[in-house]
Amino acid sequence: MNEIIQKVNNLSIGFKSKKGEEILILRNISTNIKKGETVGIVGESGSGKSTLALAMMGYVKHGLYTIGGECEFNSSNLLKMKNRDLEKIRGRKIAMIPQNAGQALTPNLKIGYQIDEALQLHSDLKEEEREKKISELLNKVRLPSPETIALRYPHELSGGQQQRVAVAMALAGTPDLLLLDEPTTGLDVTTQAHVLELLNFIAKDTGTSMVYVSHDLGAIAQVSDRIIVMYSGEIVLEGPSREILKKPIHPYTYGLLKSIPKLSLAGLPQSMPGSQPQPGTMHRGCSFFDRCDFSEEKCKNNSPQLEYLEELNTSVRCFNHKSLMNDSQVNQTVNEIKTSTQDKEILNLSEVSISYAKQKLLDQVLNRISDDNPTVKDININIKKGETIALVGESGSGKSTILKSIAGLLRTKGGIIKFDQNRNLSSDLKERDPNDLRIIQLIFQNPDESLNPNHTVEEIIAQPLKLYFGLKGEELKKNITDLLQKVRLGEFYMSRYPRQLSGGEKQRVAVARAFAAKPDIILCDEVTSALDVSVQAAVLNLLQQLKEDFGTTYIFVSHDLAVVRAISDRVAVLYQGRLCEVGPSKDVYQFPSHPYTEVLLGAVLEPDPDIKPKLVAEDIVEEKPPQKGCSFQGRCSRILGDICKNEVPPWQLTNSGNSIRCHIPLKELQKDQIN
Amino acid sequence: MLFLIIKRILLGLITLFIVSLITFVGTEILPGDACTTYLERQAFGEQLEACYRRLGLNVPAYERYVSWAVNAIQGDFGYSLSGEMPIKEVLGPRIKNSLVLASAAIFIGIPIALILGIVTALWRDKLPDVAISTVTIFAMTIPEFISATLLILIIAIWLEWLPGIVIVPTDVSLLELLPNIILPVIAIAMIMTAHMARMVRSSVIQVMASEYVQMAILKGVPYWKMVFKHVLPNALLPAINVVALTIAWLLGGVVVTEVVFNYPGLGRLVIESISNRDLPTVQALAIILASIYVSINLLADLMTLMLNPRLKTLQIRK
Repeated sequence: MNEIIQKVNNLSIGFKSKKGEEILILRNISTNIKKGETVGIVGESGSGKSTLALAMMGYVKHGLYTIGGECEFNSSNLLKMKNRDLEKIRGRKIAMIPQNAGQALTPNLKIGYQIDEALQLHSDLKEEEREKKISELLNKVRLPSPETIALRYPHELSGGQQQRVAVAMALAGTPDLLLLDEPTTGLDVTTQAHVLELLNFIAKDTGTSMVYVSHDLGAIAQVSDRIIVMYSGEIVLEGPSREILKKPIHPYTYGLLKSIPKLSLAGLPQSMPGSQPQPGTMHRGCSFFDRCDFSEEKCKNNSPQLEYLEELNTSVRCFNHKSLMNDSQVNQTVNEIKTSTQDKEILNLSEVSISYAKQKLLDQVLNRISDDNPTVKDININIKKGETIALVGESGSGKSTILKSIAGLLRTKGGIIKFDQNRNLSSDLKERDPNDLRIIQLIFQNPDESLNPNHTVEEIIAQPLKLYFGLKGEELKKNITDLLQKVRLGEFYMSRYPRQLSGGEKQRVAVARAFAAKPDIILCDEVTSALDVSVQAAVLNLLQQLKEDFGTTYIFVSHDLAVVRAISDRVAVLYQGRLCEVGPSKDVYQFPSHPYTEVLLGAVLEPDPDIKPKLVAEDIVEEKPPQKGCSFQGRCSRILGDICKNEVPPWQLTNSGNSIRCHIPLKELQKDQIN
Repeated sequence: MLFLIIKRILLGLITLFIVSLITFVGTEILPGDACTTYLERQAFGEQLEACYRRLGLNVPAYERYVSWAVNAIQGDFGYSLSGEMPIKEVLGPRIKNSLVLASAAIFIGIPIALILGIVTALWRDKLPDVAISTVTIFAMTIPEFISATLLILIIAIWLEWLPGIVIVPTDVSLLELLPNIILPVIAIAMIMTAHMARMVRSSVIQVMASEYVQMAILKGVPYWKMVFKHVLPNALLPAINVVALTIAWLLGGVVVTEVVFNYPGLGRLVIESISNRDLPTVQALAIILASIYVSINLLADLMTLMLNPRLKTLQIRK
């Protein structure tokens, strides 16, 4: 256990800027990876964590170069090794599991071939033995019918399956060290929990050392024995995972843990101000100085060294760690959200169904809808003014589809969408007049794609103001500055282009653009998914503040149940385009609940090594909703029998106003099936 | 899949129909017609009438279009005006000559383009790339009439190695034609190769930067195996369409080069028949060139579809 397998020594990696300055991505990193241990490397985007993981394989990306230090594996420096020798180590001794398996598998080669390639390179097995081994490996990562999977192309598998194939490929060379670069980030909550469980099993089963790189403390908490926290290219905290998570003695980790929304706590987490400095920013003092709540005068000009604390077995880079040590636990304080829900109904969806199926010519002529099994069906939701309602579910649950229909991007096939009790929005989209378009605004997941890169912030925000209100000149300018102020951006941002802003700032601009139209309803489509945790908390707080100021209604789509818990008044759980449960959020997160809600809640990863995810159902991907019966029948672990297969379940109302659509009686659902 | 092919073929036929209509209407609108051109100053009275009758120009336009179209489908494009011989016979050797020129350029140019493109991409920013890229950009920017003239000056006039212009009859045998085509082929291949090499280079560079190539490297796949298995199949797929367009361009007659070298191909025929106001031949050429473009693009699309597993399944699922 104490044998060191990889030794990173004083490693610095960087690039030359256009002016010829040396800009550091990694600064003097030293750490050891021991045999059989799993080390989590955590940090926000731009902290250098991926660069470090790749360096551990002797790989430095195009454009970067090693400035100093070494990565020693079996006492030879990988960074100085010839490619020919590296080829014998990569895949055989050290293997990588990439972030996005969909992109990392070669599109024109079959799954079986890609695994076989690794076997050919790193084992002496004969062809027949290799074939057997491929099936074994695919079986080990729990893929159904390995023989058929091996014959498929990568794009024919789901995201979770692709990730499993990547794991199988990495295991083909029986490596001593596995490097995992955000291996579960693009996956659904349930799939993520399953993949992590699989990785834990493999680590125990094979005794492989793992380096797990992620921005997600929840995932890190589940797998790692030791945690390294990186900030701005430096290690700021390193130690056993329990100590780090329970007693974070570095202000950055402390703030990070506080900014993560938790299932057990309603209300918005506190955000950390500011953002990570860009690489190349010169600072004499501590790189975290600007954002630190515990900073002192000496932090400004003196850079703290990594200090090893014997009693905690932890290294920390902070002058002030002692004061945090006494602060013991992370006492999470949340900002209670005030409900501003009014009695007035603002949006009503009744019997809404949406289909992506192409209409046949005959049906088009007769103007009828023939798809009897549409993607989204039977959606009945009443939304009150000032309410925040969240739609949750895995990918393919239809949550974004419903959002698109409300926004007018997608035509409904049946049912009625009514605004303010009288305005019918479900008729043909072209019939929506400018005012109908103004009252509903969208904020998208990825501000990189939703903001025009050739427009300045001023032009972006001016557009809705000109379009809906015809503002000009001074008045227009005043409105823009007011809006920027509302989203806490200074006036000097007006002339900036989106590429000059950080992720959080871009999303603020997107928020400002949505509010510029003075809408009644704002549709938020995974608005915080692309952001770092500390920034996510800030954006959530901002949205809440704006809602209280303007009395806007939010329809919030997210796959992150903890975020939903933090911000929403009411939650609607969707599976395969059908509602499973609708109710006040505090009730949805408690029993009794729909079996699918239980599955989702069980899979949430909390940044606490003592709370393990509970895996209730298999993470099968269903292509289409079932023709009849309950939509969740295919994966339900509490299925009753034929009644679930043949009859659409009834709505059952609990005392607290929670509606659950299930055949199982409420009394039975009350029991926690896991404990 | 089959449905898709049929659909594409039908679309191609519709395109051809529209092209034929446009050329027919175009030639109708132009002032004057075949007989006035042919008879010149005698174009009046009895003689004009007789000419109209002989060429069948006295019937309404739509009837003439229908009969022309029916004949054209059977390969009969009527009579050329200037030579007073069947267009079929005029076209035959010209098509053959253009084919010879095009295939020579293709067989020499495409492999060279692929190799140059791949080499420059793999040695990106290193000496081979800088050297080859400079030359290809140079070759791309010089207009073909200049490079062709220079070739004639240097190789034919100063060195006297090869004939400078083609002065063989149109229907000469392949063997006799061969020494004559070397210079035109070089002139065409230069510009074509340069364009394609640049295209292949950027495509390979793009794939080399992809995550799956990084993954293959991290998997320990040896360099050349990675290049041939993981990079090239994915990088060359988009090149198919460019190659197809180039081939169509070559077959359609490289007008400038053919004129400079006096080469008896389709391109020169286009120029000749336009300047002679030989409208039936222009019509026939338009429809033939259009069919070449349509069919080669169709072939390229089908090939991409066959070779790209992603598109294949998508189409079948639909």
